[in-house]
Amino acid sequence: MPSWLESAREAVGPTLFDYAVSPAVKILVLMFLGILPLITYLVLAERKILGFIQARVGPNRVGPWGLLQPIADVLKLLVKEDTMPHQAVKWAFVLAPCLVVAPALIIFAVIPMGPRPAGEGLAWYITDVNTGALLVVALATIGVYGLILGGWSSNNKFSLMGGLRSAAQMISYEVPQGLALVGPLMLAGSLSLIDIVESQRALGLWFFVPQIVAFFIYVVAGVAESNRNPFDLPEAESELVAGFHTEYSGMRFALFFLGEYANMIVVSAVATTLFLGGWLRPFPNVEWLAFLDWVPPVLWFSLKVFAFLFVYIWFRGTFPRYRFDQLMDLGWKWMIPLALANILVTGLVKLAL
Amino acid sequence: MTEPLRDLSPDALFAAGEEMELNFGPQHPSTHGVLRLKLRVDGERIIDCYPIIGYLHRGTEKLFELHPFFQNVPHTDRMDYVAAATNNLAYVGAVEKLVGLVVPPRARYIRTLLAELQRISSHLLWLATHAIDIGAMTPFFYCFREREQILDLFEQYCGARLTLNCMRPGGLPFDLPVGWTDRCRAFVEVFPSKVDEYEGLLTNNRIWKRRTVGIGVLDAATAIDYGISGPMLRGSGVAWDLRKAMPYEAYGEVEFDVPVGKNGDTYDRYLVRIEEMRQANRILAQCLDQLPAGPIMAKRPRVLKAPKESEVYHGIEGPKGEIGFYIVGDGTPNPYRCHVRPPSFINLQVLPELTKGHLLADLVALIGTTDIVLGEVDR
Repeated sequence: MPSWLESAREAVGPTLFDYAVSPAVKILVLMFLGILPLITYLVLAERKILGFIQARVGPNRVGPWGLLQPIADVLKLLVKEDTMPHQAVKWAFVLAPCLVVAPALIIFAVIPMGPRPAGEGLAWYITDVNTGALLVVALATIGVYGLILGGWSSNNKFSLMGGLRSAAQMISYEVPQGLALVGPLMLAGSLSLIDIVESQRALGLWFFVPQIVAFFIYVVAGVAESNRNPFDLPEAESELVAGFHTEYSGMRFALFFLGEYANMIVVSAVATTLFLGGWLRPFPNVEWLAFLDWVPPVLWFSLKVFAFLFVYIWFRGTFPRYRFDQLMDLGWKWMIPLALANILVTGLVKLAL
Repeated sequence: MTEPLRDLSPDALFAAGEEMELNFGPQHPSTHGVLRLKLRVDGERIIDCYPIIGYLHRGTEKLFELHPFFQNVPHTDRMDYVAAATNNLAYVGAVEKLVGLVVPPRARYIRTLLAELQRISSHLLWLATHAIDIGAMTPFFYCFREREQILDLFEQYCGARLTLNCMRPGGLPFDLPVGWTDRCRAFVEVFPSKVDEYEGLLTNNRIWKRRTVGIGVLDAATAIDYGISGPMLRGSGVAWDLRKAMPYEAYGEVEFDVPVGKNGDTYDRYLVRIEEMRQANRILAQCLDQLPAGPIMAKRPRVLKAPKESEVYHGIEGPKGEIGFYIVGDGTPNPYRCHVRPPSFINLQVLPELTKGHLLADLVALIGTTDIVLGEVDR
């Protein structure tokens, strides 16, 4: 712990420091130096990677390599006129974007980016909730209300359809997603995300090896959950003309946008924690790979999250969009039975061992 | 529905379903122009679809009557504006039949070259928009990359990229510029590998197949009843291609196959059009090999006059179907009446039939598969 924090701790007392000051500082740092810049630059990265896939350049006008493009975009959205359709349901119209962003950002509170500190050091997470995985699922569920409310309150038939699509989609994909999480939870025997990562160290294997089925179900459901291609039905530019956020402009639209990308990062971070060993290096128990520990845990974590995000963007460059009913088919007829079977097999194997 | 929903009995309410009227277009991004569709939907399921056209009507057929024969070629550019060369070809073919001009062989071959390049570029535009409608974003850019090269070839030939105005009754306005055939040959050699790229992204893609197989099935009898032509008809298994059935220009002297589909669904029409691009490429290669020397314009009077009380119909196989011109002459340098048989307009008529019972998401796939250009539908 740096000395100035040490002195701050002495000034306010250890209880107040551990429960109020330190989380507040971490939240501020994580939000304003971590997540929000990451989201804006994720948009740039997506446009650049898509450009690379699609034989074009991508943004390159604002700043070198388009590096200032996200800042220009945010400024534009901030100063844009904020319109509201005639006869829109005002409270719902205003509330909807907040409901999408806030839960996605809250989830970062429980995601560990490093191990528990030895002694009184600063931890690489904001809080260690012993029901962390449950909290993640619960918070991820709230986002769908934003989409439904946004679509319904806009007083636009296309938006309404987008909202209803997202309702159906997210409800049917939360089930397999939740069930997919059960596998690693059974292996770890704990709901705390930190314990789950630690048990991957104890096993000497990332959980995606024994839980490969759950991993793939989680990835697919995660893509659907964050409304990304090939499951971007609620937006569906070419069918519903941006769906639930057709009528939004300015910063309210930006919040929806922010929510989508925050959700992408959340899904990647949760997948990394549960299946890809969180902050652990590859093969955490192999001695001769110990030189890899030279890379700080938070970098391993970020690396895995970025790799995951890249796959997300890659999907978008490759796949056409599913149709509404086919999406439900896939969810209910394939992924839920598979996830249940996975839980059964995991349970049997665990009993046998 | 006449009475308000709250007055209905529960049974009647259930029978009424949750129908709603949805206005699709004319500013919708997937209607490929200013097509407007009035839909009755139950949730996402389409019960009825009623196309409303006319937003791009410019009175082209009337304009034909106001200008001499050779000045009308630019009007044809602006009908199917993504396939100007084939429109030009159909029009000048009709005028040549009416006046009785014999086109020299070199001009016939160059026309075939231009028409087939145009077919490829039109199909590329179709594939690009069709794929992006179904949600596959990447083929769009790949197709435009190759289309750009074709437009460059057009630009080198006649200076224009879109509204080509590249044919005249009796022949061609220009000979090919120096080096054009080499550049065209370079394109022809590379192009099949590019088609493989598009196919690699789509043809065996499970999502693409689920979105297109069995969607909008059009059986051969219905297609013929509606007067459907072009890839739409061939997708339903009818091997009718005017290039084979009534060869014009140089088509009688080159080898090519006419691809046909089996099930008449969106996927078959996709396969037919992809194969047509390959066949067009084959025709291009043969035309470049066999390109004769000689004049590019028939001997003709300075002012063309149609014989008194003459009429003619000439149709060719355009990229979208049979594009034909029916011209009535009255002895003056202007046509007395000029009627167009536009493939887009006639193919569009079957859209309500195709969409019935499908979901809203299929509608954009079906608009894509009919491959309409509103400039031609409305004229």
